[in-house]
Amino acid sequence: MCHPPLPASILVVLSPAIIIPAILNGLLTGAVYALVALGLTLVYGVLHIINFAHGALLTAAMFAAFFAYQFGIDPYVAIFLLAPAFFAFGYALQRVVIGPAAHGDDRNMLLITLGIAVIIENALLYTFRADTRTIDVPYAFKSIDFGFTFLAVPRLVGFAAVFAVALVLWLIMTFTDTGKAIRAVAKEKLGAELAGIDVAHIYAVTFGLGTACVAIAACLLIPTYYVNPSAGNAFVLVAFTIVVLGGMGSVPGALIGGLVIGVVESLSSLFLGDSLGQVGIFLIFIVVLLVRPSGLFGARA
Amino acid sequence: MAEPLLLVGRVSHRFGGLLAVNAASLFASESRITALIGPNGAGKTTLFAIISGFLKPSEGKVRYAGEDITGEPPYRLARRGIARTFQIVQPFAGLSVRENILVGAHLRQRSREAALAVVERVASEVGLTGVLDRPADTLTVAARKRLELARALATEPKLLLLDEVLAGLNPSEIRDIVPVIRGLCTRGIAIVMIEHVMQAVMSLAEHVFVLAEGSIIAEGTPAQVAADPVVVEAYLGHGAAARLGGAHAH
Amino acid sequence: MKAFAPIVLVVALFAAVPLVVHSNVILNFLVVALMIALAGQGWNVLGGYGGQYSFGHAAFFGTGAYVTAILQVRYGVNAWVGFATGIAAGALVGAVIGALTFRSGLRGSYFALVTLAFAEVLRISASVAPITGAGVGTLIKLDLRAQAFQFQSRATFYWISLALVALSLLIAKLIERSRFGVWLVAVRENEDAAQALGVDVATVKSAAMVISGAITAAAGCFYAQYFLFVDSGIAYGTWISIEVLLTPIIGGVGTVFGPLFGAMVVKALGEGAQLVTGDAPGLDLVVYGAVLILVIAFMPRGLIGGLAQARQRLMRRPAVEVHHG
Repeated sequence: MCHPPLPASILVVLSPAIIIPAILNGLLTGAVYALVALGLTLVYGVLHIINFAHGALLTAAMFAAFFAYQFGIDPYVAIFLLAPAFFAFGYALQRVVIGPAAHGDDRNMLLITLGIAVIIENALLYTFRADTRTIDVPYAFKSIDFGFTFLAVPRLVGFAAVFAVALVLWLIMTFTDTGKAIRAVAKEKLGAELAGIDVAHIYAVTFGLGTACVAIAACLLIPTYYVNPSAGNAFVLVAFTIVVLGGMGSVPGALIGGLVIGVVESLSSLFLGDSLGQVGIFLIFIVVLLVRPSGLFGARA
Repeated sequence: MAEPLLLVGRVSHRFGGLLAVNAASLFASESRITALIGPNGAGKTTLFAIISGFLKPSEGKVRYAGEDITGEPPYRLARRGIARTFQIVQPFAGLSVRENILVGAHLRQRSREAALAVVERVASEVGLTGVLDRPADTLTVAARKRLELARALATEPKLLLLDEVLAGLNPSEIRDIVPVIRGLCTRGIAIVMIEHVMQAVMSLAEHVFVLAEGSIIAEGTPAQVAADPVVVEAYLGHGAAARLGGAHAH
Repeated sequence: MKAFAPIVLVVALFAAVPLVVHSNVILNFLVVALMIALAGQGWNVLGGYGGQYSFGHAAFFGTGAYVTAILQVRYGVNAWVGFATGIAAGALVGAVIGALTFRSGLRGSYFALVTLAFAEVLRISASVAPITGAGVGTLIKLDLRAQAFQFQSRATFYWISLALVALSLLIAKLIERSRFGVWLVAVRENEDAAQALGVDVATVKSAAMVISGAITAAAGCFYAQYFLFVDSGIAYGTWISIEVLLTPIIGGVGTVFGPLFGAMVVKALGEGAQLVTGDAPGLDLVVYGAVLILVIAFMPRGLIGGLAQARQRLMRRPAVEVHHG
């Protein structure tokens, strides 16, 4: 529901005491958006397909984090369990299902990732019903006093974690053989193949990394967010917008785009209310696709 | 003197910082075969892309039949009568040879029957009658080249741009297709061909333009161009003309 | 006119069914399957023949459904007029989306994404806009008269949906044999080569989208008249975007009968899943997703394509027959 602001409250809203926390919170939320977008852009940059299953994988990871907590595993600890597990799952998906079934046709790959999305989401729906669940960690509502504003602990941890993940990814890409192989395949697949790189393996590793990103994002979200079979979708549409805005395949684009969108969303919720915020993001998305599909930092359109 | 059918005036194209084509000019007339040659990477295919509307030049103009066609999209140029083949052949892989040529034929023929008749005619001109019902992706390289040619011919062009139509063919295949190309020329079509196969250039072309590093460095009859030391240098490297003992220097 | 004989035959066979079968359960199944076949034929024109895979065809289905319903409920417009207007609205939406996306040169993944986005924008807007009844939806009053496009007999609805499907089969066949169809398929196979041969790719794609939108919208209009209730999840939900692409892919993309064949299979699978699991939501879509992947992996040309290949091998005939007359 949209409550148009009254003139007097605009003055209140525009005061720094409200805007600055909104911006800061936008940055914190944006960091997690960026992590989800990072997984998506990584897969696009190397495999050159849009992974329509990305949202469903996020939802599955959120359910996994939820259930890990039921077994007493704190979400931040669960990161170290779920990231490798989902990496393996993503690797297997690409190696065993997507790659072979697509016969190399991009259009087929689109459909297959769509099929996977449908299967995962609806399997979750069928198993767990549409109920919304949350977890109750002791630090969920703790916040730190920065003097001019309070910021929630889980979101600060999330922010820091995202940059840690980005750093780790950068290290992998720059210094390991696999990382170099990934960059080679992204740039020139045929050349990489001729140089002896196992492209199917690299594709699967990349897909696995993208899925692992999503698993980490899920663990960072679960302390403060709810879980239901369509939770991932809400994030993934934002992630699509970020990836298109920042440029398909661009890692810095995903990070910066994520922060920007986080702030935009935060500020527009302030002025326009929540549900219109979603439509606003879609409209930005459509406009960017039509006007500048290569994005701000983009490579190929 | 009447303006030639195709007049390319000082056309340039930049890819980012790279000047792929630099103030290149050339012309082509009806019933003549004009060749565009040059070492690899000279920008020949880029120039073709500009002429056929797939790229917009950063500078310069392209004129056809007395009109400025610079920047018009490829489909409109096809309707004006400019047809091109691609260096890397692009058949409609999922369709048969007949269905491939049909696409071209439908440019001028509205009715399916009339278009199919054009397909039969063009196929026999080019020598593909035997394989009309085969899927295009089962053809040999030589046959695919003929298919590229047939498709372009089906659009009843006045200007035909052939991009390395002889590449990948063995000598006997070349020997078979050369008369087909010469035959087109006698029908009044203006042909511009990018070619590396020098024997074909020498025997087919009446006028040759040489493109190197984006610029036209020479033009003339095949004999003139072959004797030009600037051309020799472009192909064989700096100082090659002198090393070849001045026998080719005039 | 020999080419249209298969269509006449199939439609005649289908038309005879209510004369023999009187079970409402079976008739209901068939009515819904025919409606999905109609919607799928719409997708087939753009995706099967044109090669542009839309993941948001709900945009057309929902528009048809809502326009039909809203015109009747809020403006007292005659149901048949509402139906026709719904189809026109679908065509209009197709024209708009086509103009925006194809003139920008969007293809492949991007096109799929943008169509998904359009459908979602419509869904969210419909879920809050007062004119659609927002979350509550729009309910068409029960009024069992022919003028109100509502019928006591299920058989009548069946014949109407069959008539619409027959029309869509005809349209597909006409496209196949026309210059537009040749151009459309060329665009699917290789856009650059098509351009070089004089095909105005953007216009051809847009025209395909208008036709596609109109046909799928017709299915939406029919939904509204048959079920008498529309809300944003029904109209613009991903379920219909998925079913609409699933039916031609399973039946055979780019073929006249693919969507009809595929719709029967998809709906049968859905019913089968329900029998096994009862009413728990989600399992039918899981089955659809699995079938989608299996078909792409093992039978990319769908059932009809698979049959054609088998027949070819048996009779060793050439892959293509030339149609005269």
